[in-house]
This record gives sequence, C-alpha cells and structure tokens, in this order.
Amino acid sequence: MPPSSGPRLSGMQKQVLNLYRGFLRAARSKSAEDRPKIESIVFVEFRHNAKQVDRKNFIYIGYLLHRGKKQLDQLKSLDTISLSSFDLGLPQTKHTKH
Amino acid sequence: MATGVLRRAITGVRVSSSPASKFVPLRALASEAEAQQAEPKARASTDLKTFSIYRWNPDKASKPELQEYKIDLKECGPMVLDALIKIKNEIDPSLTFRRSCREGICGSCAMNIDGCNGLACLTKIPSGPSTMITPLPHMYVIKDLVVDMTNFYNQYKSIEPWLKRKSPPPVPGKEILQSKKDRAKLDGMYECILCACCSTSCPSYWWNPESYLGPAALLHANRWIMDSRDEYTHERLESINDEYKLYRCHTILNCARACPKGLNPGKQIQNIKKLEMGSGA
Repeated sequence: MPPSSGPRLSGMQKQVLNLYRGFLRAARSKSAEDRPKIESIVFVEFRHNAKQVDRKNFIYIGYLLHRGKKQLDQLKSLDTISLSSFDLGLPQTKHTKH
Repeated sequence: MATGVLRRAITGVRVSSSPASKFVPLRALASEAEAQQAEPKARASTDLKTFSIYRWNPDKASKPELQEYKIDLKECGPMVLDALIKIKNEIDPSLTFRRSCREGICGSCAMNIDGCNGLACLTKIPSGPSTMITPLPHMYVIKDLVVDMTNFYNQYKSIEPWLKRKSPPPVPGKEILQSKKDRAKLDGMYECILCACCSTSCPSYWWNPESYLGPAALLHANRWIMDSRDEYTHERLESINDEYKLYRCHTILNCARACPKGLNPGKQIQNIKKLEMGSGA
C-alpha cells in the first residue's frame, strides 16, 4: 500500500487514501454498467474535497472521513446496487436503482 | 414541575365540572386568578440565565464553538429541554438537537449538561448564572448536539437482543409463561431506553469504543442472560466472554451515576462476570 517513492503521508492522508481505495474496491463488486458510474462519483467527490477543504482543517476532514466510512459500509452491502449524487456542480445526476 | 402538575390538576377539575361539584371548581378558579394576579409582579424581575451551547455545523468551515444564549427562566419551563426548545423557537432556529417524547421514555435528548450526561427532558435547569450544554462526550458529532450513534446501536445488535429458543413453546402457538419471581429478575434492566448516557460517561468506553461493548449493551446482554425463557444463556455468556468486550469494565460506576432512569449497569455487568466464573467458560 505505501508508495515506494513520493511524499511521506500523514496518518490522516493515509486514511483518506485507504477510504478511496475502499470505495474503488467496493465498486468492483457492483455490476459492470454501474461500476464506472460509482467510480466517477467517488472520483469527483474526492477531487472536489481535496481542492475545497483546507488541509489543516482536521475537524472537518475527520468528519468527512467518518461520513465516508459510513457511506462505504452502505455501499459494501449486497443490497446496494448503485450510487447516486445530488451535487449541483455535476453535469448529470445519477439515481439509485432498486 | 410541581406548579405544572398542580395547574394541570386544576384545569382537569374545571373540565369535569358538574353541578354537584360546584364548590371545588370555584375555589380552583379563585386560586388561579390569584396566581395570575401574582404573576405580573414576579415577571417584573426577570431571571436571566446564560446557556453556553456547543455549536458546530459541518457545512460551514469553522471550528466548534460555545454559543451563548440568554433566557428568562420566568418564561421558560423547568427542564433543560424546555430551555432548548425555547431557544430554537425564539432565538436561533438553526440550533440542532434530538428530542421526541419530552418525558424520559425515548432517550433521544441525551446530552452533556454542565459536565454530566443526562436526558435534557429529565434534567432540571441547574441553578446558577450559566449552564454549559455539549453533545455526549467521545462521540462523533454530526451537527451541534446530534451525535452519531451507529457504533452504539451496532454493539447493542451484536448481543442479539431477542428471545432465542431451542425448544418450541410449551403450548404451541401461545406465549411462553414466566413466574413472577423470574419476571422480577428483569427489574432494573428492562427499563433501559438506550439513551447512551452510561456508555458515553464510561472512561473505559472512551478509550475502547470499538472493542468494549459498554455498559448499555452489557446491561442488555445480562437482561437476556437472566431471562428464564431464553435457552441460549450459555452461548450468550460464551460470546461476550472476551478480554475487551466484557472485561474492559473496571467498575468505575460512572454508568450508575449517569443513568437518567436510575439503573445500575455496573451491577449487571458484575452479575455477568460472576456467571462467567460459575460457567467455567
């Protein structure tokens, strides 16, 4: 997991990367057509927060991590088929299939 | 509290007024009129109290802070929840907290009031010029006084809080009866409303919230272990016989102090430990 070269990461950064990895792994268990959708939402969300959130705002990052873990647990469940997002910045909105 | 009850009793009498009991409602009315006369005098001197309430909104990039609200206690109910509702209604609608039954049966309004965990609806507004209200300690805050209870509920779920039987009921299709003596064993446990006041007051639980089940879940574990109708007693004991799950309890007994229902989870955990010794597991 730790990169052989590159910057040394703090514990929190590692947790964020772990969470991202967890999401991508969870997406693999979903159907072939939903997987890219999930991945793109996750990518956009992480990119967005990486840009928007101040890297010293540990309380907020901790909150996002905790929220992300809960969302990941939901996504991991076999009953969950897809991910939806209501982000207004997104060009198209995706809906959960039942 | 006493005045509230009294007045409710008086209105009750008034509603049920019949010619036969004319004398009583008259007196009640008179006393209420007197009270109304007395009230403006008392109201002239306001009784201001400051509430410092923990505020944090994830949508705003700011640090948590204590926000102060001044309230006239003369125009407020006696409980902390009354004050919170008053603040939300009249001063700051963005104040967020959980509440439901306002009589200590739902366990929603658990919070830390002046450093002690309790239900806002069962805690009288403390005397003194100011009171601090914060969320339950060592829990993830979602917003203001609302905390994430997922872990707490998952722990409760992990002790399998339902009746488990190996044999069918004695009379098919009927309930399984219990003697009065067996039922009495559940007193002091069935009253728990899972408000999480005890668990979040326990230092052991603060340090091991994931692995230690905490007083509330263990109290419920004991509730099902002691149930005469349950036939999985041994398995239940086995499943929590764990260095972390059970034996992180060091009988600090903050749980018994915090419990708004007056229960003693520490004593119930002691009972589990005793049974673990006896079962030789």
